[in-house]
Amino acid sequence: MPIARAAKRATARLGAVALTGALLAACGSGASPDASDGAGGKVTLTVDLFGSFGFKEAGLYEEYQKLHPKVTIKQSDTQDEADYWKSLQTRLAGGGGLADVQGVEVGRIASVTQQQSDKFQDLKEFGADKLKGQFAEAKWSAATTKDGKVLGLGTDVGPEAMCYRTDLFKQAGLPTDREELAKKWSTWDGYLELGKEYKKKAPAQSAWLDSIGSLYGVMIGQEKERYYDASGELIYEKNPAVKTAWDTSVKAAEAGLSAKLDQWSPQWNQAFAAGSFATIPCPAWMLGYVKGQAGEAGQGKWDVAKLPGGAGNWGGSYLSIPRAAKHKEEAYKLIEWLTAPEQQAKVFQKQGNFPSSTGAIAKIADAKDPYFSGAPIGQIFGDAAKESPVQVLGVHDQNVMQQLTNALSEVERKGVASDTAWETAKKGVANVIG
Amino acid sequence: MSPTSTAKAGPRPAETGPGSAPGSGAGTGPDDGPAAALRRTWRKASPYAYIAPFFTLFLAFGLFPLLYTAFVSLYRVELQTSGEMQWRGIANYTALFADEYFWISLRNTFTIGVLSTVPQLAMALGLAHLLNYKLRGRTFIRTAVLLPYATSVAAATLVFAQLFGRDFGLINYVIGLIGVDPVDWQTGTVASQIAVSSIVIWRWTGYNALIYLAGMQSIPHELYEAAGMDGASRWRQFIHVTLPGLRPTIVFTVIISTIGATQLFGEPLLFEGSISGGISHQYQTLGLYMYEQGWGFFHLGRAAAIAWVMFVLIVVLVGVNALIARRRARKEAGR
Repeated sequence: MPIARAAKRATARLGAVALTGALLAACGSGASPDASDGAGGKVTLTVDLFGSFGFKEAGLYEEYQKLHPKVTIKQSDTQDEADYWKSLQTRLAGGGGLADVQGVEVGRIASVTQQQSDKFQDLKEFGADKLKGQFAEAKWSAATTKDGKVLGLGTDVGPEAMCYRTDLFKQAGLPTDREELAKKWSTWDGYLELGKEYKKKAPAQSAWLDSIGSLYGVMIGQEKERYYDASGELIYEKNPAVKTAWDTSVKAAEAGLSAKLDQWSPQWNQAFAAGSFATIPCPAWMLGYVKGQAGEAGQGKWDVAKLPGGAGNWGGSYLSIPRAAKHKEEAYKLIEWLTAPEQQAKVFQKQGNFPSSTGAIAKIADAKDPYFSGAPIGQIFGDAAKESPVQVLGVHDQNVMQQLTNALSEVERKGVASDTAWETAKKGVANVIG
Repeated sequence: MSPTSTAKAGPRPAETGPGSAPGSGAGTGPDDGPAAALRRTWRKASPYAYIAPFFTLFLAFGLFPLLYTAFVSLYRVELQTSGEMQWRGIANYTALFADEYFWISLRNTFTIGVLSTVPQLAMALGLAHLLNYKLRGRTFIRTAVLLPYATSVAAATLVFAQLFGRDFGLINYVIGLIGVDPVDWQTGTVASQIAVSSIVIWRWTGYNALIYLAGMQSIPHELYEAAGMDGASRWRQFIHVTLPGLRPTIVFTVIISTIGATQLFGEPLLFEGSISGGISHQYQTLGLYMYEQGWGFFHLGRAAAIAWVMFVLIVVLVGVNALIARRRARKEAGR
């Protein structure tokens, strides 16, 4: 009753209107001009990344700021790419909170070029065309839309190898020479055999392999066609390559070769230093990750050898500029510089991220890494990069992969039968694609 | 001017009360000037003006999102292409009934809810009973009890995730000392749900204990004295004096905890950093499933449908709670 009466009271209504007005005014004042554009043309460029791109570690931001005194660079990053992608998508949909430069993983680039080309800046407008010859053909074309827009400049690629702990190998009585190992594990079966040998004499609490998720990941990276075919159709269910990678991973789990860790989890991170596993499939960008997690104490204990079963590529990234970015022109200058051969070579020296620029690859051909027992990483990853297949990319690549590795974890950690897990994976993929 | 007007307002409360005569609106008295009429209007309208900010905010941030969510739930909307909406009618809802993961998360929400709420409230009750005694440093202890509640979910959960670690966790280390094999707290269904529940229990027990304590302090002391004189032990006093006196408070905490349990989200999300609630959805709650659909897979329409199902579920649960409470109260009165 009092409420009904209130509705008739003009004063109350007026009060509400006044309040709403005040609220709206308060919201409006938020859109003041950007504070970072201070006097003298100073610009703060924001860079939002995931994992470790290694720009900061290689001192590239400092160098760029010295070359361009009016520019300040602020980087933020998320460790897990899936988390990063979620927040990027939310901000793209809302149109706010976007950085001037956003990193994009190669597993997502098809989603960008096919679904969101209107949300990213066409870099050709800033003259990106002239850079085309500088990049590997596949790297360039993956970031180009059907109508010819270029939506990202490539940073690195992910040629694959195998990282291993020489100290643990010694304790288990295995050879530690990278050439000898490469011969012994020239096939995946050889790799599993060696694992069984390791298991017999290995130190307690130490497994052969970190997780079958990373084994699956690196094996699938050796394939040209994975989840989608060139026409964009989802084919993972009938693709024999997926089946082979799946079965080998299951075999490794059943033989008890894995430390049963979940990639990117805190436990996984702790295990790098603790010696919970002796080998880990290593795309080039993993080198930096190993260094970060295993720390100083791991120096000289690790080594890198050729990957069993041939060359492959896992991952690699792009730098893109969202349409809603504040300083597009300055951002373009920055990413052009960051992805230039000289800078890519520096990142590789420091962090191991393998360059996507052809000029840089030539520069680092004889690079060695003291952290990894002086392994000739320039040559190992260089060969892998040359030989690895050009992959067919699909819109949901990353999500399909996530569902398959989740299901594999069930086999690994819960002892679920392979067939049951495969059904789970299919259900999961259907749920993702919706 | 104003002191007199407020002084006048004091002795005449009937005028603003609901019982005032229908004809007593502004400007009806023959002697009243326009100023007095304005004053009287303001006196009647002012409560509404004071509560208006809440309702304005509620309309903008409560009701509108609620209705908009309902609207979105009838379409196929993807976050990446949010401009293109396809009409689906109730298909988003019917799909949920055939969706295994929905049922799993519903079951998990229920089991984690029970696993966390029941021990939590029981412990809070005991804790409050103890705190109600004259203890040294009472204020300090009461404040300390509330500390977990003041901790952020993120910080608490990250610490717990470390404690429950399979290989390097403290809990597995301790149970290893008494010869128990390490438990994979993340993977096992029961184990992971216990782990997640323990975070909830840790955070909310103190909060509920303080609410119970406040309730206990409103129970007349004479009742305890009389019971004591009759020779009732402290336990009997708890059963026959404290519990009946606390009934309304208990109903309140049960309702609040039920709502909290239905919306449980932060703890399972951060426990392993997995939006699927573990590799086989073993501790995925409804809130987390909604998040996975919306912000993991970008199916906004489906996420909206789940949100509405959760909303209805909470309304039903709270209704059932209230109904049971009223029944009991009536039975009690009839005895």
